[in-house]
Amino acid sequence: MKVLVAVKRVVDANVKVRVKSDGTGVETQNVKMSMNPFCEIAVEEAVRLKEAGKATEIVAVSLGGASCAETIRTALAMGADRGIHVQTDVELQPLAVAKLLKAVVDKEQPGLCILGKQAIDDDSNQTGQMLSALLGWPQATYASKLVINGDNTANVTREVDGGLETIQVKTPFVMTTDLRLNEPRYASLPNIMKAKKKPIEALTPEALGVDPAPRLKTLKVVEPSKRSAGVKVKSAAELVDKLRNEAKVI
Amino acid sequence: MSVLIIAEHDNATLKPATLHVVTAAQKIGGGIHILVAGQGVDGAAAAAAKVAGVAKVLKADHAAYANQLAENVAKLIVALAPNYSHVLAAATVNGKNIMPRAAALLDVQQISEISAVESPDTFVRPTYAGNALATVQSSDKIKLITVRATAFDIAPAEGGSAAIESAAAAGDAGLSKFIGQEVQKTERPELTSARVVVSGGRGMQSGDNFKLLEAVADKLNAAVGASRAAVDAGFVPNDYQVGQTGKIVAPELYIAVGISGAIQHLAGMKDSKVIVAINKDEDAPIFQVADYGLVADLFQAVPELTQALEKK
Repeated sequence: MKVLVAVKRVVDANVKVRVKSDGTGVETQNVKMSMNPFCEIAVEEAVRLKEAGKATEIVAVSLGGASCAETIRTALAMGADRGIHVQTDVELQPLAVAKLLKAVVDKEQPGLCILGKQAIDDDSNQTGQMLSALLGWPQATYASKLVINGDNTANVTREVDGGLETIQVKTPFVMTTDLRLNEPRYASLPNIMKAKKKPIEALTPEALGVDPAPRLKTLKVVEPSKRSAGVKVKSAAELVDKLRNEAKVI
Repeated sequence: MSVLIIAEHDNATLKPATLHVVTAAQKIGGGIHILVAGQGVDGAAAAAAKVAGVAKVLKADHAAYANQLAENVAKLIVALAPNYSHVLAAATVNGKNIMPRAAALLDVQQISEISAVESPDTFVRPTYAGNALATVQSSDKIKLITVRATAFDIAPAEGGSAAIESAAAAGDAGLSKFIGQEVQKTERPELTSARVVVSGGRGMQSGDNFKLLEAVADKLNAAVGASRAAVDAGFVPNDYQVGQTGKIVAPELYIAVGISGAIQHLAGMKDSKVIVAINKDEDAPIFQVADYGLVADLFQAVPELTQALEKK
């Protein structure tokens, strides 16, 4: 089974983002960029499937400007076999990403697509669900455990409000990763070197026949109002007294 | 204009999240209908009909909806959506799972987790873990939206008397099936609707030590939450997680114990009314947002807190 993994380049999780003074977005120049953490979990799961003999080939796909190739290289260094870079400088929103990925899936015919549940920049949490809808495939979102069965089905345990849920889906299907699915590996230096030789195919939205134009217009971006620090108390007893008599919340 | 709300429910009762979505719908304007899709949903449909401001309840009672499988519920939403200008759901795990699937089938760019309504086509939504608030305008004919419940007041659960109509089921897509669930039975209130939340972080050192927080929670009828670090370390299950990629809470009182205050955690709780932080590191960023800070060893301070709460 071929596995397709989508990887997104985002502002690193440890960067404190700054809103641009003209209110058009956040500062991404000279800021550390990384692979979205949930996409790392997606790549790791694909590599583990291959190591377990369940996957035959892993294709890592990223969409966006030239620098996305670095994110694909990271996936290749973790163990993906080859990359596809859909190159565009248009702002990509989840529906457009899903359409572009669908076009890649139509070409590649994988048995499983793994995506992160959410990108930590736009926090949309849509792309995996949209991709499976456009493909007419089942969706297994927020996965914490994946078991591929022999009969063209898979059991996926999902993180839901209040606990866990297990569903069975037919293959091919789309899965999105949650935190506890696995712990992604660091790429070793020899694997980073090897990744430089792995092929990355370049495509464009035009070649895939997809109009990636955004549907949502961003009118402005502002910083949220800041919360100010309060007071320090000396003891638990003083804390309870303040909560009862000053804040009156207990 | 008319708004269809996808109800969050457990067949018998309507979840409070839906009442917050009703308030968001009122800010958009137009008639409000609620879709209750499930199996044996008379209880939840009756509760939805009583919500103030709701004009009609659509009841889709069918085995295909028993476990809220996205493939089946999205199909139903797609069949109903053309009658409405807006379709809204709470940004719960369920809402986040189902709505984008329906949106893609309708060729609509969904607007995720809105925190304010500026006009019927313009909304505010937090991005970058809540560090940037984006105002976005949609050009889609039907707007599909998930709503951050904590950003909107709760609508009165009583006072309405909407008609309940049956909606034709759209059938089983036959793509997936429900196998089972492990849901923790707890006497505590739900994390997202609790009046008080007590959360622990990496500083708790073990899952066992969360008993200390449960003792405090018992005194305050509070829910127990956790930071991502505590979930990552395996102390507690993922559904405890408060933060950017977990649950968003805004209780009257949030007590953060042994939590340093990473931006990803603050994203999930900074709209709480009163924040208390207990941490031995006085430079921990959590103190920058806390109304009351106690710099102390939590293993000493938390039992003392439990004791102090016993005294009236």
